[in-house]
Amino acid sequence: MDPLLTEALKNFIEEYTAVTGRGIIQHLEQLAAPLKGAKVVHINSTREGGGVAEILQKLIPFKQALGIDARWEVITGSAPFYQCTKGFHNALQGMRVGIPDGLLREYEATNARSAEELRTLLEEADFVFIHDPQPAALLAHCPNRKGKWIWRCHIDVSHPYRSVWRYLEKWVAPYDASIFSLPEFTQTLPHPQYIIPPSIDPLSEKNRDLPEAEVESAWRQFNLDPELPMILQVSRYDRFKDPLGVVEAFNLASKRTPLQLVLAGGGASDDPEGEAVLSEVRQAVHGNPHIHVLLLPANAHRTINALQRAADIVLQKSIREGFGLTVAEAMWKGKPVVGGDTGGIRLQVIDHFTGFLVRTPEGAALRVRYLLHRRDILNEMGERARRFVWENYLVTRHLREYLTLMVGLLHGSEDRIEVGL
Amino acid sequence: MSDLKPAEDPAQPFAVRDCALITIATGIQAQNLKEFREGLQKVPQGSIYHHFWGRLLRAQFDEPEFNNDFASWVFRGLHDRELAERLSMIIPNDFEALEELRHEVVEVVEQRLDESELAPWSMAGQPFFFLHAQTVVFDSGLRFAHPADMVSYLPSLSTGSIFYHFIDARRRTEGRRDDFSGWLKGFGEKYSDLSDRLCQVDPYFSSLKEIRKMVTEIFQLHFEERP
Repeated sequence: MDPLLTEALKNFIEEYTAVTGRGIIQHLEQLAAPLKGAKVVHINSTREGGGVAEILQKLIPFKQALGIDARWEVITGSAPFYQCTKGFHNALQGMRVGIPDGLLREYEATNARSAEELRTLLEEADFVFIHDPQPAALLAHCPNRKGKWIWRCHIDVSHPYRSVWRYLEKWVAPYDASIFSLPEFTQTLPHPQYIIPPSIDPLSEKNRDLPEAEVESAWRQFNLDPELPMILQVSRYDRFKDPLGVVEAFNLASKRTPLQLVLAGGGASDDPEGEAVLSEVRQAVHGNPHIHVLLLPANAHRTINALQRAADIVLQKSIREGFGLTVAEAMWKGKPVVGGDTGGIRLQVIDHFTGFLVRTPEGAALRVRYLLHRRDILNEMGERARRFVWENYLVTRHLREYLTLMVGLLHGSEDRIEVGL
Repeated sequence: MSDLKPAEDPAQPFAVRDCALITIATGIQAQNLKEFREGLQKVPQGSIYHHFWGRLLRAQFDEPEFNNDFASWVFRGLHDRELAERLSMIIPNDFEALEELRHEVVEVVEQRLDESELAPWSMAGQPFFFLHAQTVVFDSGLRFAHPADMVSYLPSLSTGSIFYHFIDARRRTEGRRDDFSGWLKGFGEKYSDLSDRLCQVDPYFSSLKEIRKMVTEIFQLHFEERP
């Protein structure tokens, strides 16, 4: 291996060791030992932007540092290809919109062309991880594949538009295994379905420690009142995230407990529904100077990081949620989370321990007031929340499960697999 | 039980193993108590084991309200505290085989179904997903020739090692005991007291970190008393 790359990977591991502790890294090294030299290829459809690219940016060097020959390839297509895959994305999450045949043919042609370009790599790989539906049809074009192929579905496909799922099912059924983020997200498929929840990267711009001055500057930047406690919700302006419920909770809580609310969401220019929700939120706020509705650019990771660190309590009052990684992000910063009792929030917010699960604005208001009046409990919960994320939702746990899955797939369906003993 | 292995051999140094777990969906879920009973009857044995023990290696909080996934769901999903309490008091180590354990769980659920006209049909706020898991066991490289050598290492032993030697051991060893006491037993009377104390630890009510703490304290106390 190139000495410069070796050095870079060594530094990479050392950076994580400083956060996770040596024991966790050693555990990964031991687990990866039987996979040394294995050729692993990950395929998705974008190198920048989005959760999948974010996680691959870390998983690939991590695997390389552990001696695995890991590569990441991206397939690209024409505008109709992306139109088709956007349609898949919406339909898999339940939107009842079919996809025209012409777009499906473009999807198939793009996969066929990509398979030609990547054939040697794919057919010689020991493990191929295909992320989401975009490259799912590659497998059908690699009849001489020798390794295990795994479809990693990052989407909740529990209630898909059936006709679109039936189309995709024929591409993903022949895989050796699939991975979903939660048991709730799965569909019946004729192969093992592994459950691997997502994770956060403690060293990303979104999550790494920030200088105190940078956190303080967030107060000035957004004209927040340094004398008032601050509660925060970070999410798109989407009805399922219930920003109006958050405003209502704030109004109830602030009647007797002085505080301020920050709603921080991304731009809504390409999302008519998002614009409508944002407009409703602004109406509901009625110019209240203690409610700050922020529209931040997609790459405002450090700003979000600073706001989460500046907050006293973080809310994620969703009424429907996938996994909700903003919860783990807040918890990693030592904040208790008042979260909606739904989806993956339930796995992260342990009611009364790392935060509170609520179903109504009244419930959220009650818990916010309680925590602001009981700083001792707020601090204890925040500490527990950080430890809980450290143990369960960092990228190192994610990688451990990938490695376990790979070793598992090499040994068939046994419950207990002993390697190198 | 031909697949059971003897506990650790005292003539050999104690070899510390570690393990990691990956969860797999069974595709079976329950929305109400009737479906729950049906699921319990047909899931693989590994799923029963996973919801009692494997959960310890999954993301979970250290102080769960109930001691197994079944009881937790019955309480949180069905809001049936009575049944949750009964299920929580099924102690898996009381059963020789997983089939017996499964039978007991089904019995308790059936009893509840008989007691209540509403219970069979009450829809859960969230379904129960039956899971199972694959566990990969590997060598940590750590070896201990003498029990006293373990004392300083025990506090930093991984939770995977604790699971393998303290929980998994009860499933795979002839004496249905943890590997530490199995190894100590081979030294004869010299460590019988230490071995007995370890056998008294009931892992069912503790997280892996708590078990590690208890095991560490037992070792520390023993070697303080008999330096």
